[in-house]
Amino acid sequence: MAVYEQTYKPYTGKLTPEWSRFLIIPRHAFRVVFKSKLFTAFYVIGFLPLLVEAVLIYLHHNTTALTIMKLNDRELFVIDGSFFQTFVYIQGVFAFFVGLLVGPPLVSRDLRNNALPLYLCRPFTRTEYVMGKMSVLLILLSWITWVPQLLMFLFQSYLEGFAWFRANLWMASSIVIAGVVWVLLLALLSQTVSALLKWRIVASAAMLGIVFIPSVFGSVFINILFRTKWGDVISLFALMGHVTSGLFGTYDTVAGRFTVEDFNTVREIVITNPPLWACWVALFLFSAACLALLSWKVKAYEVVK
Amino acid sequence: MALPASVPEEPITAQAAHAEPPVIDLHGLSVSFGRRQILKNLRGDLRGRAIGLLGPNGAGKTTLIHTLLGFHPASAGTAQIFGLDISEQAKQIRALIGYMPERDSFIAKMSAVHFVRLMGELSGLPSEAALERAHEALFYVGLGEARYRRLETYSLGMKQLAKLAQAIVHGPKLIFLDEPTNGLDPPARLRMIKLIREIRDSGKAHIVLSSHLLLDVEECCDEILILRDGQIVVYCNLEEERKSNRKFLMLETRGDQEKFVKAINQLGCEYALTGDHRLKIVLQEGVEVRDLYRLAEESQVQLRRLSYKRDSLEDIFLKAMENGYGGL
Repeated sequence: MAVYEQTYKPYTGKLTPEWSRFLIIPRHAFRVVFKSKLFTAFYVIGFLPLLVEAVLIYLHHNTTALTIMKLNDRELFVIDGSFFQTFVYIQGVFAFFVGLLVGPPLVSRDLRNNALPLYLCRPFTRTEYVMGKMSVLLILLSWITWVPQLLMFLFQSYLEGFAWFRANLWMASSIVIAGVVWVLLLALLSQTVSALLKWRIVASAAMLGIVFIPSVFGSVFINILFRTKWGDVISLFALMGHVTSGLFGTYDTVAGRFTVEDFNTVREIVITNPPLWACWVALFLFSAACLALLSWKVKAYEVVK
Repeated sequence: MALPASVPEEPITAQAAHAEPPVIDLHGLSVSFGRRQILKNLRGDLRGRAIGLLGPNGAGKTTLIHTLLGFHPASAGTAQIFGLDISEQAKQIRALIGYMPERDSFIAKMSAVHFVRLMGELSGLPSEAALERAHEALFYVGLGEARYRRLETYSLGMKQLAKLAQAIVHGPKLIFLDEPTNGLDPPARLRMIKLIREIRDSGKAHIVLSSHLLLDVEECCDEILILRDGQIVVYCNLEEERKSNRKFLMLETRGDQEKFVKAINQLGCEYALTGDHRLKIVLQEGVEVRDLYRLAEESQVQLRRLSYKRDSLEDIFLKAMENGYGGL
């Protein structure tokens, strides 16, 4: 079917492997996403904390520079699990906002323009469609979360030596697991919201609402009213905080202690964090709910009963 | 009253002698949405180069296409496309199929060439080949000059053409066209019909054309399948119908028509009352026009007008709708 021939001709060439076809979606989506200069600028800003992190690691090992700046590295900061955990948090928050910008229109735009039949009438399944759409966020968010963090870890290992690397290898796995879990949750959440709501602004607002309303409800109504920390299990940020702390070995079961005077007796009340297993279960249930909703909504045509 | 082109009770075999598997082979296909049965025990093998899918609103045309594409599961029975089972080999089937949906369907924020290329890649074409064929397909449908424009800025006619381009970009063996001329102005409609006929005449792809417009189907298709209430009421080869020697007569009468039609029936001719004092008759072998004059005289009926008329698609369709249901 050459342009000049103007006749219908079947395609007889080679075909791409089926397993790789879901990656076509992110490739085309990135073109659309990075067409926006505003988004590109925002995404680049996301690398600034990493630059700060790299500089801190470099300074930590550069005594000349510290001497010039009259700083003592050992008093300033220690490069350990907490150091990387702090930057995992910072990048996690940033990833949330990137997800908020990129995620909601991904499926909703297809639903609004009836594009799903166009995808699904080809040798392309619903699972591949969801995987393709999710991988847009998984790739985009990975590049600003666990991938650069892992590079920072390797940078630190390079400067500190192989013994440090071997002794702290668990940190690398913590960085990867915490990053992947967070990125996966954000991708699932934004795709679900996007599949349920056809309008981008409404979907973005819903995503914000799903994250922040339960957080406020959990911390204000449940935690304060009942003097507990179990309200955290409905807050995505709090759950991730606990899980990340657990992975970096900084998780404390005691969230706080305070004393109460009651009829001339002084009582100490200990508030405990929800156990780590409960946090993992809550995250798992959240993901399962998102997957169930996605499976329900992502269809070529919805049958109206 | 009689005379549909064919009302199938047994599995249809239009050209049973074919060695190749039929384009579409229906094996008691039924589809239900909840308790409502949309398609009821469809049987038959369709082999035409271009098959017209006709029927009133809600007859199940689009549901049939969607089921064949694997969008809806069959509640009973199954179907095969080029010998591949729709429930077990859906992915292989979809590699052979192009689909142009009825509704406005596109991917936002993309130029036409980007959109068609993406569709080509999703069908399995490598990136470069998909880009090349996207350009070719857009030129072929007549959107060559507008291929870098965003799809949102296209007119309805252009969007229809873009939908056709995405349906043929990967060179499928079977193309489902769901109401391709919907909302098109006459020149755009003619262009679309011309393209469909060109694809049909190329002999490289089969076409299933679902349309409300009988003229579109008549111009493009060689076989028709008429659905009503989820059942096949007619399946026939239009060419054969056209070539058949069945003689159709249009009569306008005055007098006791009831007696006259009874006499015609006794003569073995099929007839249909098409209006006040008007009737249509199919002359059987051995029956001549002079026999009608004789019957008219015996029934004391005046024949005011008598003209020959071949069975058009409209006739077939109207008869199919009337048959057994007492009217549209």
